Amino acid sequence: MSASKEKWQEQVAKAKTRDAKFITASGEPVELMGTPEMLKDFDYDRDLSYPGQFPYTRGVHPNMYRGRLWTMRQFAGFGTPEDTNARFKYLLKNGQTGLSVAFDLPTLMGRDADDPFSEGEVGVCGVSVSSLKDMEVLFEGIPIDQVSTSMTINSPAMILLAFYIAIAEKQGVSLDKVRGTIQNDILKEYIAQKEYIFPPKPSMRIIVDMIEYCTNEMPQWNTISISGYHIREAGSTAVQELAFTLADGFAYVEAAIERGLDVDDFAPRLSHFFNSHNDFYEEIAKFRAARRIYAKRMRYKYGAKKERSWLLRFHTQTAGATLTAQQPENNIVRVAYQGLAAVLGGTQSLHTNSMDETLALPSEKAVKIALRTQQILAYETGTPHTIDPWAGSYFMEDLTNKMEAGAEAYFKQIDDLGGVIPAIEKGFFQKEIARAAYQYQNEIERNERTIVGVNDFVDENEKIEIPILEISPEVEAKQRRQLKELRETRDNKAVKACLAELKEAAERDKNLMPVLIKAAKAYATVGEMINTLKDVFGEYVETVDF
Amino acid sequence: MDKKIRVLVAKAGLDGHDRGAKVVASTFRDAGFEVIYTGLRQTTEMIVDAAIQEDVDVIALSILSGAHMTVFPRVLNLMKQNKMDDVLLTGGGIMGESDIKKLMDMGVGKLYGPGSSLTEAVAYIKDWYQNNNH
Repeated sequence: MSASKEKWQEQVAKAKTRDAKFITASGEPVELMGTPEMLKDFDYDRDLSYPGQFPYTRGVHPNMYRGRLWTMRQFAGFGTPEDTNARFKYLLKNGQTGLSVAFDLPTLMGRDADDPFSEGEVGVCGVSVSSLKDMEVLFEGIPIDQVSTSMTINSPAMILLAFYIAIAEKQGVSLDKVRGTIQNDILKEYIAQKEYIFPPKPSMRIIVDMIEYCTNEMPQWNTISISGYHIREAGSTAVQELAFTLADGFAYVEAAIERGLDVDDFAPRLSHFFNSHNDFYEEIAKFRAARRIYAKRMRYKYGAKKERSWLLRFHTQTAGATLTAQQPENNIVRVAYQGLAAVLGGTQSLHTNSMDETLALPSEKAVKIALRTQQILAYETGTPHTIDPWAGSYFMEDLTNKMEAGAEAYFKQIDDLGGVIPAIEKGFFQKEIARAAYQYQNEIERNERTIVGVNDFVDENEKIEIPILEISPEVEAKQRRQLKELRETRDNKAVKACLAELKEAAERDKNLMPVLIKAAKAYATVGEMINTLKDVFGEYVETVDF
Repeated sequence: MDKKIRVLVAKAGLDGHDRGAKVVASTFRDAGFEVIYTGLRQTTEMIVDAAIQEDVDVIALSILSGAHMTVFPRVLNLMKQNKMDDVLLTGGGIMGESDIKKLMDMGVGKLYGPGSSLTEAVAYIKDWYQNNNH
């Protein structure tokens, strides 16, 4: 050991240390600093290489943000389709470059606005869409060959995709020009977000149907957005988010290969979606590790030959669960740091949360500040001028390696349980996440983890002084009224025939997309189509542990 | 030995966000309460039925979907119909101060928004239990 290192270690041993826990947001101990020993096996070409080159640790494009900035894509949706259409136009006018639709809970759960289970939830945490009629209003005046649209929808994803295809036809846009992404990631629903409808097996079949259809008809459409966001929001650690998300993705790859699809035909349209949490270094390491793990598996395990199949492209959203209801303006700062980590991690698109999201859906003012936060990051900080400035940092490379090793250890556990679906059925992911969430909360309760404004630096007698978006009960009444009208005026015979055809296709293992598009155009509702499929597939019930 | 306080932790409606409910259930269990967790997507009738069946002292509802102004009054009403005067209805989730005030005026117990202390929620239930001569 060098004399200076020895001297430094002695000094560190004697130095006064603050009374604090030096752990990441995931509860992992953090190295005091990086040292050359950490990189003694480091091989630049093997471990990092150049951006756009295998294994893509530094990024997926050769010149990254000098070529094109990330897409600034704010997730939006509330109230009636008219309300959300106006918000979309406002965001586009303010320089947003892509749309992202948030649907309300009834739509996400495949229930119409007039379903008894939907009461009190119509238009509340997203926009209400029960039929193609609503979708027509939602995209009124938005030429869909000029924007890319992301839709956060999972269990009824194939129906919303059918609506979008119908809109494209009505606007005279050919399907090969339609750009966007549908979330369509059911596995993380069983694991974390819990918006499942059917059991895992038929759900996987539907997803492969969609992948198959889009591979043939919609070459610019991302067929799935394999999502870690919700896993993290449910309380997982960074390594769990990384491992469980990638494991889900590989399960889709395997299912599509099993259907007989060529991995190089569909893999280029798989996309990912990660969370960017509070722990700055840990997040950057997670993004870098994700690209490297994915590239290696796609190439060596699944035999993909096209370079495009090896690329892990991802969207990022800042972490909603880190926002505080107390002193909500502070959230602007949290979001800015999280957004910076995402960009340093090489994200392809970004949603920055609004400061008021622990209180309600974002107001216009809050969402504008969130978008401006990205614009400041892009145009003022200089961050996008250079690529992956962390490369070669002892500390960051070591952390990236630890992330990869942690994920590999989880892959092994999942394999030992028989794969992702058996692991879901055994509650493995759910228990791992619940344990991590409980530990995180306990650290806050015991003041081992400081949350500014919540368990320290508290404002006594605080008054919240930001405007709050209220959803009027009139939204639900209006949506119900319009649905009633639709049911009375459409050709109900045609709807019935379409639903019968849908049932048959489901029973006979035919690809469901063509018949769903037909039913969508006949104005069959989301609920009617989902209920038809429930008759064939049944419903999933989870076993609960806490 | 004192009887354990029995708590039903419940999720109503379509809301699938169960991180909070599970953390709360674990906290209550570690605080020595007897905890029953309903799982997701219960109707208000199912929740009140479970409360009666399990003979609980407290119903703790978790709602993050914005449906609290529909769900809480309905549970409260069913509790009145079933003469459950000695059962506390409390809860938490994403709800603004003015909604919380309205619900508490209707007779719902203390409600906890984001960032609330679970230690405080445990103390609240223990105090309520003692003050209500259980």
